[in-house]
Amino acid sequence: MTDKTEFLNGNTACAEGAIAAGCRFFAGYPITPSTEVAERMAARLPKVGGTFIQMEDELASMAAIIGGAWAGARTMTATSGPGFSLMMENIGYAAMTETPCVVVNVQRGGPSTGQPTMAAQGDMIQARFGSHGDYSIIALAPSSVQEMFDLTVKAFDLADRFRTPVFLMADETIGHMREKVILRGDVEIIPRRELGSDELPCKPDANGVPGFGTFGNGHGVHITGLTHDERGYPATDSAALHENLVRRQVGKIENFRNEIADVDIVNPDAEVIFISYGAPTRAVQQLLADYPGVYGHFNLRIVWPFPDAKLAEFRAAKAFVVPEMNLGQIAREVRMHTNVPVVTAPKLGGALHSVDELKHAADVAATATGTFTEVLL
Amino acid sequence: MTLEDWYRQDRLPHIYCAGCGNGTILNCTLRAVNELGLVQDRTTFVSGIGCSSRAAGYTSSDSLHTTHGRALPFATGVKLVKPENDVIVFTGDGDLSAIGGNHFIHACRRNIDLTVICMNNNIYGMTGGQGSPCTPYGAITTTTPYGMHEMPFDLCAVAEAAGANYVARWTSFHVKELTEAIRTGIETPGLSFIEVMAQCPTSFGSKNKMKQVSQMIDMFRTNAVLKGKAERDRAAGIPLAPGKFIVGELVRRSNPVLGGRP
Repeated sequence: MTDKTEFLNGNTACAEGAIAAGCRFFAGYPITPSTEVAERMAARLPKVGGTFIQMEDELASMAAIIGGAWAGARTMTATSGPGFSLMMENIGYAAMTETPCVVVNVQRGGPSTGQPTMAAQGDMIQARFGSHGDYSIIALAPSSVQEMFDLTVKAFDLADRFRTPVFLMADETIGHMREKVILRGDVEIIPRRELGSDELPCKPDANGVPGFGTFGNGHGVHITGLTHDERGYPATDSAALHENLVRRQVGKIENFRNEIADVDIVNPDAEVIFISYGAPTRAVQQLLADYPGVYGHFNLRIVWPFPDAKLAEFRAAKAFVVPEMNLGQIAREVRMHTNVPVVTAPKLGGALHSVDELKHAADVAATATGTFTEVLL
Repeated sequence: MTLEDWYRQDRLPHIYCAGCGNGTILNCTLRAVNELGLVQDRTTFVSGIGCSSRAAGYTSSDSLHTTHGRALPFATGVKLVKPENDVIVFTGDGDLSAIGGNHFIHACRRNIDLTVICMNNNIYGMTGGQGSPCTPYGAITTTTPYGMHEMPFDLCAVAEAAGANYVARWTSFHVKELTEAIRTGIETPGLSFIEVMAQCPTSFGSKNKMKQVSQMIDMFRTNAVLKGKAERDRAAGIPLAPGKFIVGELVRRSNPVLGGRP
């Protein structure tokens, strides 16, 4: 397959990335501003031998893609905040059963129904901690239409490698803007590791990840959201077994947080460093173009697990400025990993940060002394 | 394959209380599966949460014990990715008709090729005997201490109205008829819904003047009215007496199917 250059919106590029990555089952429910992902999948999947289904709600969509994954497919759903909230129940099930799948969240203004057609990044903490109990996940954040394609592909590979739900935390701006995108024809699919015939279905390998006992491949596996032993059988009354299981499932991701880090480190010797992901990255890139060599930039394509060790690469940092389309959700995470003053630069309502606003935030940051300061834009 | 081979032997004995009807229904299901000669590796059991849903874990083929009420959308994902599989769902009255009610309606509407076996014990057994949408009017449960004051669902009527291709109701007393119905359900393309009245002597019988298991079985035997007799009575203007329910094959049709075998 050769590359194709097209002019698409981000949601459509995401669907094309999924098809290129071998996704052959999509279950979803319409919701603004993510619906173009489902529409494109509905048009494309039947042509590549896949299946699209519109479910009765997002609870069912999440359930269906987990079922489809166990039947052997790469599976995906797409939604926005209200639907993401409904998916939390079965996201926890996917974490506990170590089911690889991809969930696209094209974020809009919340809480509740909020602003359906306006961009936000208000679901970043929910992505990490939204379902009950302790678990870890992987969340990617695209800041261009090309990244909607590329990171969707990457999401499937990470989901299979770590046997976890992976979130593509897009936003309305990236989902709906149109840009040139190269639909790569050479996407290599790294398949999930199949359970060996002599392996127990929930016994981890050296990396903490068990082999995947695909239904119909002779394993006769039992999969349950209950705490389970290495055979996969319910075992709910041993404190030690439960703690080992949860710690192993968290560790299999968190232990690789810096190895899988996908970041840009720009001007690492600068004193004022911007940390961004998603749409605000575009504004920061413009600021750096307008003021060359002045500011540093730590751009995150993988937000969770947070690549904490990379912060140390900004050796001269006197302040980290975190512009987000929420009230400082990732800024709090940055604060946890550094003694450098953190300046949160939140913006709500759907409008992007302007270069002038970022410049103002940088000026405040240059004299910041407190450990955590909010700058009003 | 023998009947025993369909059981996950190292998981037995099961957790069901002495006298529970669920083990009988599991046995009838695996008997039907074995009689049909289904291929173990092409058979998938899916279940939700509750006493009924533990049944999936006692089968030796691939099984998915999911979240409360969501067995049907999980099964939908399995079936659409592997339409060559026979996918059988174990559920209960609370799982299917309360928290999972919307999924039940839509699975029937899609007429997806699943066999759904609902163990209806009129109660939430696993949590200790709370009222369910299928608790009979007036019955005592831990959350209806003065008697259930809401009308119950007729699950088979819901399945029929929503579009299932095959609908039947039996009880844990009617083991031969139930096994035959499950066989027919598996063989019938589309959604097959089999409601099985199951005794919960621990939480239901003990509070409703049926302390002995045999009293509950006897209640099923005497209150079950064969479909043919019910129809003759209705034609003669005789209404179904309170507490009675119709058993038999209630619907068999061949509407378009989602996820049928290729």
